[in-house]
Amino acid sequence: MNPANYVYLSALLFTIGAAGVLLRRNAIVVFMSIELMLNATNLAFVAFARIHGTVDGQVAAFFVMVVAAAEVVVGLSIIVMIFRTRRSASVDDANLLKY
Amino acid sequence: MSQLGWQAVAVASEAKTSTGEAVAFWILAPLAVLASLGMIMAKKAVHSALLLAFVMLDLAICYLMQSAPFFGVVQIVVYTGAIMMLFLFVLMIVGVDSSDSLIETIRGQRWAAVLAGLGFGLLLVLGIGRAALSGMAGLGGANASGRGNGSNVQQVAELLFTKYVFAFEATSALLITAALAAMVLAHRERTEPRASQRVLAEERFRPGAYPTPLPPPGVFARHNAVGTPALLPDGTPTELSVPTELVERGDVEAVGTAPLPSGRRSEESTETEPVA
Repeated sequence: MNPANYVYLSALLFTIGAAGVLLRRNAIVVFMSIELMLNATNLAFVAFARIHGTVDGQVAAFFVMVVAAAEVVVGLSIIVMIFRTRRSASVDDANLLKY
Repeated sequence: MSQLGWQAVAVASEAKTSTGEAVAFWILAPLAVLASLGMIMAKKAVHSALLLAFVMLDLAICYLMQSAPFFGVVQIVVYTGAIMMLFLFVLMIVGVDSSDSLIETIRGQRWAAVLAGLGFGLLLVLGIGRAALSGMAGLGGANASGRGNGSNVQQVAELLFTKYVFAFEATSALLITAALAAMVLAHRERTEPRASQRVLAEERFRPGAYPTPLPPPGVFARHNAVGTPALLPDGTPTELSVPTELVERGDVEAVGTAPLPSGRRSEESTETEPVA
């Protein structure tokens, strides 16, 4: 098997995550789609590290994971705060700035 | 591409993966794609979360297969262990409203999104197909070049604490900032003084309030499930006895006003008024 198949898998997962962000209205599911995209890039990093024969790709994936953890903490607390004030987790309901 | 000079490295050693890895990949990859498709299509957010946890475990095995043992284990501990559980906790808080609305605020957005997704995927796959990615250097040489006797974990640690040490320190600052931000966002300032027992008691006996404890579910009913409303003396069900979450979700059992065996209902219903 060609190790580039991992990169293809990563591209597919990234595409599905991006489509999820565009399609879904629930803020939490949108957030999960973002997590899926981050995971897909991690897979590409690890695959490229192996293809090129350096460990630097794995270190980059490690940093992506740290940033993802920080992003989840802040994002989820924002979602909880919006839910507290507006009683809804739909991205369409947070449109006060529109008018 | 040739200026980067990695193609020469790529053809140097093992160009193909082992058969075992190929078999595992062709099992894991379709499962990951199916589960992530299910994730974006699942109606309930909890199902999405579970499917995403499955994709993450799947990817963890992919990392383990690709000679990244440290990263595979960290993926399980951090992603499926910490991040997905955080998602599930927030789903418990947001609970009732976790289903998606199907109203499109922008007309035709769904189809446009599907088209854009297909186009983007095609672009990515074709781009990867055009790149020269045949061959693989493997991590054996890179691991052996460090001081870790060929161990991947020690090689990652060496890079992390020498070449990338500033980035590593920056991530620690980032994590502390994120923790502080979460505390600030979750904190609610008390805008009014705490209600004393006297205030609470007066509130309770205000006209229009309900001074006694609410009726428990299932009283005088045929089932004692939590979603079964209690029957009032005249035989009508009262929603006061059912948790409000169940009422909002529409999970209240339809009891109907079944006639009581002795025919008491017709006589008593005139003198008792339903509390609700």
